[in-house]
Amino acid sequence: MKLIYEKSQTGRRASAIPRPEGLPPAEVPEELRRAEAPRLPEVPEFELVRHFTELSTRNYGIDTGFYPLGSCTMKYNPRINERLVGLPGFAQLHPHQEEDGAQGALELEWRLQEILQEVTGLDAISLQPAAGSQGELTGLMLVRAHFADRGEDEQRRKVVIPDTAHGTNPASVTMAGYELTDVKTDARGNIDVEDLRAKVDEHTAALMLTNPSTLGLFDENIEEIERIFHGAGALMYYDGANLNAVCGISRPGDMGFDIVHINLHKTFSQPHGGGGPGGGPIAVRKMLEPFLPVPAVVRRDDGTFELDYERPKSIGKVRGFTGPFGVFVRSYAYMRMYGPGLREMSETAVLNANYVLARLKDAYDLPFARLCMHEFVLSARNLKRDHGATATDVAKRLMDYGFHPPTVYFPLIVPEALMIEPTETETKETLDAFCDAMLAIAREAAEDVTVLKEAPHHRPVRRLDEVRAAKNPVVKYGFDDAKTPQGV
Amino acid sequence: MTHPFIALTETDREEMLRTIGVSSVEELFRDLPAGVRLGRELDLEPALSEQELSAHLGELAACNVDTTRELSFLGAGIYDHYVPAVVDTVLQRGEFLTAYTPYQPEMSQGVLQSIFEYQTAICELTGMDVSNASGYDGETVTADACYIAKHATGRRKIVVTEATNPQVRQVVKTYAPGFGLEVVEVPHRDGTTDVDALAAASKDAAAVIFQQPNFFGCLEPAPDLAAAANDADALPIAHVDPLSLGVLEAPGRYGCAIALGEGQAAGNVMAYGGPHYGFLAARQDFIRRMPGRIVGETVDTEGKRGYVLTLQTREQHIRREKATSNITTNQTLLALGGLVYLTWLGPQGLREVGETCLALAEHAKRRLVERAGVELVFSERATFKEFAVRVGRNAREVIRDARARGVHPGYALGRDYQGMDDVLLVAVTEKRTPEEIDRLADVLAEVAR
Repeated sequence: MKLIYEKSQTGRRASAIPRPEGLPPAEVPEELRRAEAPRLPEVPEFELVRHFTELSTRNYGIDTGFYPLGSCTMKYNPRINERLVGLPGFAQLHPHQEEDGAQGALELEWRLQEILQEVTGLDAISLQPAAGSQGELTGLMLVRAHFADRGEDEQRRKVVIPDTAHGTNPASVTMAGYELTDVKTDARGNIDVEDLRAKVDEHTAALMLTNPSTLGLFDENIEEIERIFHGAGALMYYDGANLNAVCGISRPGDMGFDIVHINLHKTFSQPHGGGGPGGGPIAVRKMLEPFLPVPAVVRRDDGTFELDYERPKSIGKVRGFTGPFGVFVRSYAYMRMYGPGLREMSETAVLNANYVLARLKDAYDLPFARLCMHEFVLSARNLKRDHGATATDVAKRLMDYGFHPPTVYFPLIVPEALMIEPTETETKETLDAFCDAMLAIAREAAEDVTVLKEAPHHRPVRRLDEVRAAKNPVVKYGFDDAKTPQGV
Repeated sequence: MTHPFIALTETDREEMLRTIGVSSVEELFRDLPAGVRLGRELDLEPALSEQELSAHLGELAACNVDTTRELSFLGAGIYDHYVPAVVDTVLQRGEFLTAYTPYQPEMSQGVLQSIFEYQTAICELTGMDVSNASGYDGETVTADACYIAKHATGRRKIVVTEATNPQVRQVVKTYAPGFGLEVVEVPHRDGTTDVDALAAASKDAAAVIFQQPNFFGCLEPAPDLAAAANDADALPIAHVDPLSLGVLEAPGRYGCAIALGEGQAAGNVMAYGGPHYGFLAARQDFIRRMPGRIVGETVDTEGKRGYVLTLQTREQHIRREKATSNITTNQTLLALGGLVYLTWLGPQGLREVGETCLALAEHAKRRLVERAGVELVFSERATFKEFAVRVGRNAREVIRDARARGVHPGYALGRDYQGMDDVLLVAVTEKRTPEEIDRLADVLAEVAR
């Protein structure tokens, strides 16, 4: 398919811009004036719409079909949320509007905070972080501020992370100026408590943990872990990527965590938009509240709402304004449609995952033979050993059956990992069709592995050469190359 | 009653539990120690139907005074530019809206090609060689750039002009301690940055950050600022307004190492501050230090052109603690909105929007001085679409009184700058008309002074 730049013809345009009559034209000083126009596309509006419509047909979303991408919680995104976020009172509201002209927005943010406090079991919220990984970084900044306030910042330099953690955790640790301590996973898929005990001491600032873990397993020793960390005077950070497993069932605050980030684009149905936007609010215990980013959204005694900047111990700001407001509208709407029924949401997510697991565990290798939570990790190592088929081959072949593949090769401790998260918004028929496809692929691997190796067969492109892309990076259109594009 | 978002029937549940080999859903949670279970219902208000929800959120939305209800000259980083219908059309395509990050390229050619086209547009706008797939906003991409500069230069000082958006500076300062960086601010003189002062501060700096047009709306001597930074071997970083780049020179053409900014003005609604996209583009030298996703061109097994996420060894899921950033989720959908908007504009439209903003803002300056008797704070400086006026009394009171007359006259600069309690920052986009500007002048004539 051609690029929009390859459809461009000088002199075409989609826009007409108002040119107020009778005003003298104004110009910028010559030394600052643009010399050469940017080569933006020149197309009429109908070509623009056709181009992006065609591109959309070469994409796959939850609206297209089943999307069991582990750790991403690809659930249905209710359409009412899109209508609501487009209301002029939300969409056309300037973020510097005076507080008395933004009471509806502030009330929505305050109400969302109240709900998130109840769901996480913690005392105070900042909605500001733009995504989960920014929530992590913000959380670690709070950890530093907390220990700096107690004169322990120089002493406590280590953050403990299990080997199953998302890559964002160690990356955030470095960005926050901390050092990483890795801890192992035991034979049941829990944190190795003995390894942990040996590594936690007066130099430890915090633990970062996802629970259930990226293996989809709830850590059975969470109470002991809590005693180890709090006993050493350290804090506990909860990566909320897997919160969809436990809403209304078990709360991070009740597990002992002091700081939590919530991925609104996972658990609470903000559509992920092909890579964002997201939302990564953080919830904290009372003692950490003074350090939260400014401004805080608070309710005054008279029932009105305001932005509070008077937080002398605050870490500052991690993003503009109060955060990604449109995300708040959607997630607030979603949570209000569930109410206390959020528990049923999580229970169904866990039921669906266990059902798919039960149907697939004989055809694929199951590294930890336990019930799972909202997701689980299989390994294709049996297919690799017996037939030479890898997790990538299984993933690519699934595309031919019309499904988005699971997350592959993660977590890193499971070879040929296939991480599957069905979510709660699927019918049993869809779950069965997916299981049937996975079982058929396992049979195909035994019968004729080339069918897998050459997959996908029915997508707009065949398997793409990622090594070539990284070796010779072409990251924008080469206007001057004037070569005939291949294969369009 | 089962919730409408859940599709399992009682029969489904029974069959599934049987297949799993447990007798109840409760049993699926047997790994959870009793001490960490909630053991009660969540204390939340009862579920709302879609209809009830619409009414509730309609009420909240109605409590806001948005720019359709009040004539607004607010800017200060977020602007009321026109967003054409095609942006909504494209962004509401479910295949884009409800996809995750394109980890499986064969399933995601639509979004991958779109991002490749977006990267091209950003490089064209800024005169740079490489753009990432977007960052969270104009604030956080600036902090990201400091991380690039730290590693590229091995230095530990960031210089930022005081005339740079205060929120940008605040976010940079919040990130800096974790990066091991110190931040030094260079004051403005009469609304723009003094080149000699900047040159002096640039010594041993990793980066020099300035905004063009700056927070006061004034045009900085940007080529001179970039040269001062380059002379000190510090990376010049320009924080730019994308909609100014049809009329103002591209940062890549005057020696900047990195160009970045807030993308909202180009294709996103204001939405009380987000979600929007931050753009970040750099010279080729920094391609392997870029934060976040980058899309690259490649071929499939049959030689057909296609697109993939590339240079992933920079990223957290592979590099972990040695990654160039922790970013995963970015702002792809909003960046797609930016691409659609820039495509809708084309090069001519981009220049015309810039020219219209310029002409209207110049007109507004004249009218406000003539009719409202206010004074331009930096009358010697050229501006783009925003300018500062002294209103003779506390600007927050002027805002209050003007709003009582249905006009929001701008941003109170005293919120961020000492000695500016009586200064309003007035933004004029192409959406404003000469008649609306007259109305602002009339209202200010009543409430200023």
